[in-house]
Amino acid sequence: MAILVVAEHSNSELKAATLNAVTAAVAIGGDVHILIAGHNARPAAEAAAKVAGVAKVLLADAPAYEHPIAEAIAPLVTKLAANYSHVLSPATTSGKNFMPRVAATLDVAQISEISAVVSPDTFVRPIYAGNALATVQSKDKIKIITVRGTGFAAAAATGGNAAIETIEAGPAQDLSSFVGAELSKSERPELTAARVVISGGRGMQSGDNFHLLEKVADKLGAAVGASRAAVDAGFVPNDYQVGQTGKIVAPELYIAVGISGAIQHLAGMKDSKVIVAINKDEEAPIFQIADYGVVGDLFKLVPELSDELDKVKG
Amino acid sequence: MKLLVAVKRVVDYNVKVRVKADKTGVETANVKMSMNPFDEIAVEEAVRLKEKGTATEIVAVSLGVQQCQETIRTALAMGADRGIHVLTDAELEPLAVAKLLKAVIDKEQPQLVILGKQAIDDDSSQTGQMLAALLGWSQGTFASKVAVDGDKLTVTREVDGGLETVALKLPAIVTTDLRLNEPRYASLPNIMKAKKKPIDQTSPQDLGVDVAPRLVTLKVEEPPKRQGGKKVGSIAELVDKLKNEARVI
Repeated sequence: MAILVVAEHSNSELKAATLNAVTAAVAIGGDVHILIAGHNARPAAEAAAKVAGVAKVLLADAPAYEHPIAEAIAPLVTKLAANYSHVLSPATTSGKNFMPRVAATLDVAQISEISAVVSPDTFVRPIYAGNALATVQSKDKIKIITVRGTGFAAAAATGGNAAIETIEAGPAQDLSSFVGAELSKSERPELTAARVVISGGRGMQSGDNFHLLEKVADKLGAAVGASRAAVDAGFVPNDYQVGQTGKIVAPELYIAVGISGAIQHLAGMKDSKVIVAINKDEEAPIFQIADYGVVGDLFKLVPELSDELDKVKG
Repeated sequence: MKLLVAVKRVVDYNVKVRVKADKTGVETANVKMSMNPFDEIAVEEAVRLKEKGTATEIVAVSLGVQQCQETIRTALAMGADRGIHVLTDAELEPLAVAKLLKAVIDKEQPQLVILGKQAIDDDSSQTGQMLAALLGWSQGTFASKVAVDGDKLTVTREVDGGLETVALKLPAIVTTDLRLNEPRYASLPNIMKAKKKPIDQTSPQDLGVDVAPRLVTLKVEEPPKRQGGKKVGSIAELVDKLKNEARVI
């Protein structure tokens, strides 16, 4: 039995979410292969070859794969799937985009966002914004699975020594083409991979006020996130959103500032190890799940937090 | 251009769901049901395209139990022209939904199909992409902006790193993200008018689609509860606890 993990990468680097998917593949059991479909993606393939637990890396290098276009990647993955019992991908916006296309073409179900592996055909996945956990068994011959990163530890990025095999690209397609991207640039860690996340909600009142959070973030090596309300209000871009339909995070420490705690937001962060809430409304639902709550004005408390961190980190 | 929108009847987003005692699923009896919020955004986008003169007709499709007719009526009240209800009591997985929608689309021949990016009950986020694959069409998922230009569609997508824009050949599938638009509330006159709009009924048998499930749900459980609720009096105390009790900083 062999398992294919379709990597998330930037051609030059392997994205962290791939490492969690590798751990899920190892938990299923069998030879783990990684597919890098990219352009000038040899560096990403070399990084994948070093991941602990990986037996082989397949590299499909073609201009059509420079950007992860579902219509281009799905036929390649579909063709390769015949050789595997399971095909996994991180449940990132890219994995969510092409994997169902693969499943439908193979006429099999997709099991979305698994958070645990029970056995090679049985998996746990959150439903209803994580308010219920379903254990599902697949009767399909090939299992198409997306992996929720927070459910699995990251595989070690080094220690492996897999061979890299170059494979042919899939057929060309003219359904869809890449026009452009506006990607947020940040020196801070990625939201889904950060050890500490500090998020702001509607209580932040403006995008400018997010610099208060950024100041704390820089002292903790944290990523900055937001609730849907803050994104909808235009305070910060969409890629900051933590929640049922945004990013799912489970850092060591999650600090929610001016976030009331709608179930849709809790769905994205309630598996964090330690949760801190700062909110002026002591009845806010966020306090019910917070390990440490501080009631008060965030515009006074967040600068205080920043100063206090200076003292302890001295 | 003819548009088709798919709308799903789900447990209302404000309802805190309860897992059934026998662990077979979540309680849906006597629970408020509504149109999936992402599908409302899909209907709104279709209606806006019609108001701009890009679309000529909007067909709203829903699949499932008899009460799905209410969901279709909501779409009609928002501005869709007619409905198609695929009646079945079977629990439908995304692959079955995609196959049923394909059968409807083969008959209706729309140029653009708009769906929600995910349903807030099973959180699968599969149907639109599966449908695109079965039809051999292009897809613009997680859309925050859609522009039709002749036989091309430009879609701006919400991706993990920010925004991405793709050009799609029509016919195409679009799935909606939150920032695409803000859905309107149906006015009372439009709700009254919607009652007169036609809804055709069909079934998986009529459409010749096998909807047998591929997955067996062995059990549905509540997630472990967090022991939260502790409050601290000051930021100094908070930092002390984070350092010395939780040891996370």
